[in-house]
Amino acid sequence: MPDIAIFTDNLEIYMKGFGNTVWASVIALLGSFALGTIIAVFRISSVKPLRWIGTAYVEFVRNIPLLLVVFVFYYGLPSVGVTLSGFICGTVGLTVYTASFVAEAIRAGIMSIPAGQTEAARASGLTYMQTMRHVVLPQAIKIVIPPLSNQFINLVKNSSVLGVFAGFDLMYYGDQVASKTYATFDTYLFVAALYLVLTIPLSLAALQLERRLAKNG
Amino acid sequence: MKKRSWMTLGVALTFLATVWLAGCSSKEGGNGNGASGEPASGTASALESIKSRGKLVVGVKYDTKLFGLKDPASGNVEGFDVDIAKALAKELLGDETKIELKEVTSKTRIPMLNNNDIDIIVATMTITEERKKEVDFSDVYFKAGQSLLVKKGSPIKSIDDIKKGTKVLAVKGSTSVDNIKAKAPDATILEFDNYQDAFSALKAGQGDTLTTDNAILYGMAVQDPNFEVVGEPFTDEPYGIAIKKGATDLLNSVNAGLKKLHDSGEYDKIYEKWIGKAPSGE
Repeated sequence: MPDIAIFTDNLEIYMKGFGNTVWASVIALLGSFALGTIIAVFRISSVKPLRWIGTAYVEFVRNIPLLLVVFVFYYGLPSVGVTLSGFICGTVGLTVYTASFVAEAIRAGIMSIPAGQTEAARASGLTYMQTMRHVVLPQAIKIVIPPLSNQFINLVKNSSVLGVFAGFDLMYYGDQVASKTYATFDTYLFVAALYLVLTIPLSLAALQLERRLAKNG
Repeated sequence: MKKRSWMTLGVALTFLATVWLAGCSSKEGGNGNGASGEPASGTASALESIKSRGKLVVGVKYDTKLFGLKDPASGNVEGFDVDIAKALAKELLGDETKIELKEVTSKTRIPMLNNNDIDIIVATMTITEERKKEVDFSDVYFKAGQSLLVKKGSPIKSIDDIKKGTKVLAVKGSTSVDNIKAKAPDATILEFDNYQDAFSALKAGQGDTLTTDNAILYGMAVQDPNFEVVGEPFTDEPYGIAIKKGATDLLNSVNAGLKKLHDSGEYDKIYEKWIGKAPSGE
């Protein structure tokens, strides 16, 4: 039975970390969705250089550990004169990293729409952008939601990388509580519970959205 | 030989027990025990047994940068503690090669000393009241304590220069975090998983200063000469040489040896060789 006093006695510390984790997750979620969409469009673009950029981005970023992506921002950028805090580096790193997975999920969704539809739309006189907006993306979004929600749940959990770079997130403060109380197991049990408070609603919301789109589709 | 060492151990244990029971009057108890018919090779004449053996057996660390580190290539153990031990061997036995080094860790050193495996401990050992109950300590031979590491030319010269907003780097879960919070409550403290990360962050300019035990900081400053240790230690963790309780003659000659090293300038030489700048006002 975990000792609830560990949580209540350190409530303030836990909440500081929880708040920052929420912030980092929300910013990185919105950022990675936007950036990931752009990269996905690059990857399927008929313009070759754009396709190269998109492919290079995805293959480069998703194939190195997140920790090292943030490492580059935190320890590498200062050598070119840009020093950003652990929170910013962690959040930006998380955004950049997750964007590569988001891009792949979106690309897969778009690719699943039969090419005949695009050809028909273009033949009817729609521009490429119009085809995307009115024909392809509305269908793709339904296919994309389950893998995207996976990525966003991963994102919330991955935000714990901030703890390594003094980013004042839940994990960072969890370490502090653990070293103060020596009750390592109980301390992290409450940390885990707080992550669940974020990720379970996210899962449920994704499920809800999936159902609603299925009905309307 | 074997029999003899067992006997020595026996005497030592009896002696220790007596010291324990005698409490405050431990010295008298020790002498009384020595007269109980056993051979006089116990701790009461620790110095003589070292002299007759012709070798000083010293417990040192094998894994601590600057103080006692085994070079994996040459197999030699080198460092500040090792050089101090060698200098003491020279004082006691007239030759610095009359020494045998044995590896100790913080956990094994006191049991090994009380087991007569080693004569003295020179192993980054902080003198504490708790430990004084188990062993005797020589005079302080290194003033360890928490200090600050900064980039050369930093405006931070001592703990007093840490103001509101100064970013202080430290390692998670270390007492140094508590100490710096107490001494400089306005500072922003950034905690890292290990010393390597914290030092990298300092190098990258993510913080203004890095704080922990000065022994570790000196090691970092050796690694990268763009950084230096500033100010006096603001916590008091003096290192002493530990000697088995009751071995007063050995304790006295170690202290006399240390004093000689200070007087002759040999201590300063060793200090400069390992730590950097000569110790101030000692």
